[in-house]
Amino acid sequence: MTIIHRFLKTPEGLAGALLLAAFVLVALAAPFFFPRDPLSIAGPALLRPFQDWSLPLGTDRLGRDVLAGIFHGARTSLAVSLAAAAASIAVGAIVGTLAGFGGGWTDEVLMRITDAFQTVPGFLLALAFVSVVGPSLGVVVAAIALSAWTGPARIARAEVLSIRERDYVASARVAGMHPLEIAFREVLPNALPPVLALASVIVAQAILVEAALSFLGLGDPNRVTWGGMIAEGRTVLRSAPFLSIVPGIALVLTVLGVYLAGEGAVETAAKRRSLA
Amino acid sequence: MSAPLLEVRGLGKRFSRNGRPVAALNGVSLNVAHCETLALVGPSGSGKSTLGHAILRLIEPDSGGISFEGQDLLALSGGRLRAARARLQMVFQDPQAAFNPRATVAGVIDDPLRIHGIGSRGERPGLIRKLLERVGLSPDLGERAVHEISGGQRQRVAIARAIATRPSLVVLDEAVSALDVSVRGDILTLLADLQREENIAYLFISHDLGVVRAVAHRVAIMDAGRVVEMGEARQVIADPQSATGKALVAAVPRLRCGISTENA
Repeated sequence: MTIIHRFLKTPEGLAGALLLAAFVLVALAAPFFFPRDPLSIAGPALLRPFQDWSLPLGTDRLGRDVLAGIFHGARTSLAVSLAAAAASIAVGAIVGTLAGFGGGWTDEVLMRITDAFQTVPGFLLALAFVSVVGPSLGVVVAAIALSAWTGPARIARAEVLSIRERDYVASARVAGMHPLEIAFREVLPNALPPVLALASVIVAQAILVEAALSFLGLGDPNRVTWGGMIAEGRTVLRSAPFLSIVPGIALVLTVLGVYLAGEGAVETAAKRRSLA
Repeated sequence: MSAPLLEVRGLGKRFSRNGRPVAALNGVSLNVAHCETLALVGPSGSGKSTLGHAILRLIEPDSGGISFEGQDLLALSGGRLRAARARLQMVFQDPQAAFNPRATVAGVIDDPLRIHGIGSRGERPGLIRKLLERVGLSPDLGERAVHEISGGQRQRVAIARAIATRPSLVVLDEAVSALDVSVRGDILTLLADLQREENIAYLFISHDLGVVRAVAHRVAIMDAGRVVEMGEARQVIADPQSATGKALVAAVPRLRCGISTENA
């Protein structure tokens, strides 16, 4: 309780928490407010915002409700970013722990593979992966995780290198514990906190990468995404700029919220350390 | 007496410090008999802790041999080494650092039981309670996190974990040095009781000759990676022959003696 309290006391934490709460609420409320398929036609085409209060943010070129698109797009962004962050942290933590705890050849091989992934620009990797495998939500998640796991892997390895010299690891060896059990039961849980701190950066990055992929037409075609909506509005940018601006604002606010919440968490952790 | 329980022959280990090799162990030989307490004393940096770690295979020695219960310990690896660890245990100096910060008391005692297949899943909670009682703790302590209990209690938990698999030798690496003086005596009494009842031999690594005199049968004095003197505890402490031994005995504070000679 006190940690949450202290987190909300930092200005970054409070602002980030509010933005994130709005984002999550919007995503969760989408099927209640807009039970119809957001890709179906709801009214006349290219209706401007604030003209018709049954369609408050207007309609796009095909007459689809923009507000419904924003709500359902939040669902896609939330699902993709959380899944991608979870996948990249899981893969990174496992690779980093094996490299740091195994040492020697295991470490060399795993870290050279990590280097190889890090030298390729992340977005290019995701682009190539989706182009080859084909666009669907799972593939987009995998594509984002493919480029994002290297950060967690490096941090986990550095933590593990310091933890493996502690007495409790020696004590586990004396008890006859299998090295893999020591690595994943004794070492990994204690190496995790700094790795989890990366989560906010990965979530924000994942939202942007997903939007960019959708903008290029490589998102899941059966789902509304903010990136896809921006791309859709691009063709009528002069006559109906709101079609690109509205999802753009949603994207900026969400990424900002994630970053601010991350900053707030780091701030809280630092204060706790200085108090201890 | 038949063959010794533990026999260390010409053990050597070099570390490199600032690029220069330093001999932490320089041909150490000693043996420990069944149910015996051999104290290993020496100034800091003399290699006594390194020797303790090498005997438990936490450090790989460069040369020499270790035989334990007639088995060549250095030839074991993988699953056979892990199985052999049931008979050869260790208690660490800092009871805080020796436990996973997330562990519970019951969890750390359960580890060796589970790993060495002692008791079924249903029986182990009862065994853990018995072990806690055995080391003078309340069996209800099992639920607590290790970081919540006191230093003395923590060291008792460490001892319970070490004796869980009924070992024949326990290496006590400065096991009472970090404890409060009032707690230290209780732990030493517990160790002596366990030795008598469970027939455990101790390799008691310490720099405190007062404690050593109280618990050890024999003493080996180490300096610069070699054993410089070995003999009966009383005899060595009363009349050390080596320079290191003399220096260690001279370093023991004797406040009361000083006052009494002044008065005489």
